Amino acid sequence: MTPDLTKTGAAVGEPVRDGAEGFLDVRDLRIHFPTDDGLVKSVDGLSFKLEKGETLGIVGESGSGKSVTSLGIMGLHTVGQYGRNKARISGEIWLNGTELLSAPPDDVRKLRGREISMIFQDPLSALHPYYTIGQQIVEAYRIHHPVDKKTARRRAIEMLDRVGIPQPDKRVDSYPHEFSGGMRQRAMIAMSLVNNPELLIADEPTTALDVTVQAQILDLIRDLQKEFGSAVIVITHDLGVVAELADQILVMYGGRCVERGTAEKVFYEPQHPYTWGLLGSMPRIDREQTERLIPVKGTPPSLINVPSGCAFHPRCPYAGETGGRSQTERPELREVAERHLSACHLTDEQRGRIWTEEIAPKL
Amino acid sequence: MTTSRTHTAGTGPVTSGREGFPTTMTAPLHDTSAAETAAVDVAADVPAAAIEGRSPWRIAWTRLKRDKVALAGGVIVVFLVLVAVFAPLIVDAFGHPPDEFHEDQIDPLFGTPVKDWGGITKDFLFGVEPINGRDIFSRIVYGARVSLLVAFLAAVFAVILGTLFGIVAGFFGGWVDAIISRTMDMLLAFPQLLFTIALVSVVPNEIWGFEGTAVRMAVLVVVIGFFGWPYVARIVRGQTLSLREREYVEAATSLGAGRGYILFRELLPNLIAPITVYTTLMIPTNILTEAALSFLGVGVKAPTSSWGQMLSKAITTYETDPMFMIIPGMAIFITVLAFNLFGDGVRDALDPKGSR
Repeated sequence: MTPDLTKTGAAVGEPVRDGAEGFLDVRDLRIHFPTDDGLVKSVDGLSFKLEKGETLGIVGESGSGKSVTSLGIMGLHTVGQYGRNKARISGEIWLNGTELLSAPPDDVRKLRGREISMIFQDPLSALHPYYTIGQQIVEAYRIHHPVDKKTARRRAIEMLDRVGIPQPDKRVDSYPHEFSGGMRQRAMIAMSLVNNPELLIADEPTTALDVTVQAQILDLIRDLQKEFGSAVIVITHDLGVVAELADQILVMYGGRCVERGTAEKVFYEPQHPYTWGLLGSMPRIDREQTERLIPVKGTPPSLINVPSGCAFHPRCPYAGETGGRSQTERPELREVAERHLSACHLTDEQRGRIWTEEIAPKL
Repeated sequence: MTTSRTHTAGTGPVTSGREGFPTTMTAPLHDTSAAETAAVDVAADVPAAAIEGRSPWRIAWTRLKRDKVALAGGVIVVFLVLVAVFAPLIVDAFGHPPDEFHEDQIDPLFGTPVKDWGGITKDFLFGVEPINGRDIFSRIVYGARVSLLVAFLAAVFAVILGTLFGIVAGFFGGWVDAIISRTMDMLLAFPQLLFTIALVSVVPNEIWGFEGTAVRMAVLVVVIGFFGWPYVARIVRGQTLSLREREYVEAATSLGAGRGYILFRELLPNLIAPITVYTTLMIPTNILTEAALSFLGVGVKAPTSSWGQMLSKAITTYETDPMFMIIPGMAIFITVLAFNLFGDGVRDALDPKGSR
């Protein structure tokens, strides 16, 4: 294998077409898990693009395929699994001109940590309990950089300092259980960023933290991104987090993207009934407390028997207004405004009317 | 592309002020928020900074020290090991050479010791053997060498094989796991005792220049160890199965760690505790197995002594001279008990959920 990773993707042939567009280009990603109960279609035809320096927020409720997507991009569904829970993955993931799904596993392994890195939800379980924070960062660095331990240790201290851990030269020798939750997440971020990855995936980075620490961590991620110019994917069910960080928002439902657009568009002119539901169920401090929060009725769809037509139709209050198309025909993503896509059968007029008359006044 | 981006903010001096307050922390890109952040974390962690970080092994040692029963077991274990190591010196000081006959101590008519209680005197601390009058004390002391060495080496052999196969089976799963697991099932179903007896009868008296006792001990080690590894492997495999799904393994993978790194740097440290526990509990079992095999005549041969072999001889005389059976029996009993108590203590100490 040639060490030049940028060429391996091009050598794969057919899917090259116009090559990769942008820094990260995910095309028609499908991740299915065969189980005894049937095929679980965790991700079913997801496409998006991301440039360096941009932040994409992937939003959706539990089981909508957010985390599976992130692990899929990292290539973690295929590692260390010999015969069990084997995921079926198709589609294309282009990173910097390399197609990851067809690249040799060892090449992808070398990209992991150096080009793509990940912050996990629960830093205590994502840090090894038997090694000090310093040892773990040192190892993460030395996997990709042939330096001696002293240099790597200096680098670890520098990173800990960088993420705002006080007395980094002392705390570098602490064990994860000696850190507070917020400090652990900082250490985790330091570990993820020690190799200057170009793409950082943060999978619910603040869910395990309390609100004050959340804000600090979000600030930290944003600042580090500005400094390094990396692309960031934030995966969360918390619209507040997305509002803080994201330039673009991708709303997932039942393994598919239902709405995608810039953060302002999705927040201020959402074009999909599910997004309306999400916004309606989000507590907001600036809202007059005249009405209760409106939850999205029903439960998330089974990913084995995804509802026919639009997966959201059993829970959608407006599914009756599409003349039966919602029940039978799967809506495709289409541009409803500039750089704003939505997968809904409602016509633009219908959506406009419902939004201005029924939804917007309640938000 | 990666090289063009360098850390500028983090490279500055990190002068920690007095007790835990970083006076010139060089992080702020966002001056206010970073300063606030630092302040919050420092405030929360100043007391913690004074406490020395303790590694999991230090914690275990502290716990073990508090467990008096286990400690007593540990002291006896250490004592026995010292006895085995310094056997010649001890025998010189307190006994007679182990293969020296003392017919003057034996009643020529019945073949039993002249004196009461199996001939226990100041001169013969544990009495003398019937018929030939050998010093039982010396034979027990030398027997400790055989028993402990065989038990220990067999345990090491079993643990190495078991860890290797267990971790590979658990981590790789699939057909690799299937082959290893079925092999283990077969070994566990194997009639070990019969196999050993059959094996010993065909092993030559001399292999690669070694002969007699060395060959017999090697055979014991290999046989006991070989039939012992599936027990270790099952434990290691089970642990590996649950450990490999842990998030930190995923995190390490996401940072680019390879398979070897995951196996030996991420998984193995977590396995050391259960392996240590199992080893300390396996040694007494091995002592018993060695005794049983020697009892059946498969172990070391006279004039070298072992506890099981002494018991075997005592069978013929236990009605007239019960002490000859009681003394090696007690030696085995005390040794096994001490190892078990110590092993239990180690297990409690290494158990992260233990309350003690």
